[in-house]
Amino acid sequence: MTDTIQTTPPATEAPRRKIRWPMVVMWAAILALLAVLAWGLVNANASRPEAGQNAPTFNVEFFDGYEWDNRAVSSLSEMRGHPVVLNFWASWCVECRYETDAIEQAWQRYRDQGVVFLGVAYADVEPNSLAYMNEFNVTFPHAPDLGTAISKKYEITGVPETFFIDKNGVVRHVQIGPVNQQMLDTLIPQMLAE
Amino acid sequence: MLQTVTKTKALRWLLLAFLLLLLPAATFAQQQITDDQVNEIAKDVFCPVCENTPLDVCPTVACHDWRELIRTKLAEGESREEILDYFARQYGDGVLSNPPRRGMSLIVLWILPALGVLLGLLLFSRVLRGLRAAAAEAPASPPPRPKSSTGDPTLDDYISRVEKEIED
Repeated sequence: MTDTIQTTPPATEAPRRKIRWPMVVMWAAILALLAVLAWGLVNANASRPEAGQNAPTFNVEFFDGYEWDNRAVSSLSEMRGHPVVLNFWASWCVECRYETDAIEQAWQRYRDQGVVFLGVAYADVEPNSLAYMNEFNVTFPHAPDLGTAISKKYEITGVPETFFIDKNGVVRHVQIGPVNQQMLDTLIPQMLAE
Repeated sequence: MLQTVTKTKALRWLLLAFLLLLLPAATFAQQQITDDQVNEIAKDVFCPVCENTPLDVCPTVACHDWRELIRTKLAEGESREEILDYFARQYGDGVLSNPPRRGMSLIVLWILPALGVLLGLLLFSRVLRGLRAAAAEAPASPPPRPKSSTGDPTLDDYISRVEKEIED
């Protein structure tokens, strides 16, 4: 009599799938290309924020001698809770000269009511900006548009352009071209009353 | 005591005279920067107002101001790279005709084209490999035999081709 020992065959290991690096690289490259194309499309279709849309936030570094709320550096998000009059201008801009006095006078009238006036010098040479502000005795906060970061976010097409932003950070009015006293005295009280 | 005061006064006058001498020298240095020197840098900067117009040929006031800024910086001894770097920092990389290799410029202008070429090569090699594999898998069909054999394989092959062509 012979004893038979039955042995079960050892479980065969599943063959490990070989990573095909060229395929990985190819798909990564396709995904990267698609991501950049999508990013480009989004940017190409970016448009100026209109009335009723959220105002894009940004950081500002004020010119020497200018500040807001005792800060030399600030951002639009820090100004939330205040109506903001965001004015793009340049020393080389002729039309800007028609509105600077009106904006300064409005600033003097509404500053105690918490309205923030912010002048952004677009594509300007700093000494010329300072000379312009000195010429018009401008006292409201002013900042250079460093790297044109702010004007890009607001998609401005020229200067002057002024955005009226309410306490909640929503654009209430966009003025292409110079603002005037009547416009300021209509829009600012509306934003204050909200 | 009196001698010390006189010496101090004389030193002050000397310093003042020295500074007064430097003033026209500085003005002269700025005047010495020629338009060609300015335009050599301005041609690589784009106008902020008119799109895609180089600064050296743009007639706007904004561009005039920028050219004067270049002139001032050259007079102050700044190099071409320092001036272009200043413009990129102040007005964004987009104002330079040859943006610095950093941030999105690096990705869009350098990394992506390289990735595109790599991707194209990979796709090409895959297609080529696929074609080769398909050719290798196809059964090698033996040459058809001619209807009548001459005994010479080369001649047989030739005759069979001619027959096939006639049939087609």
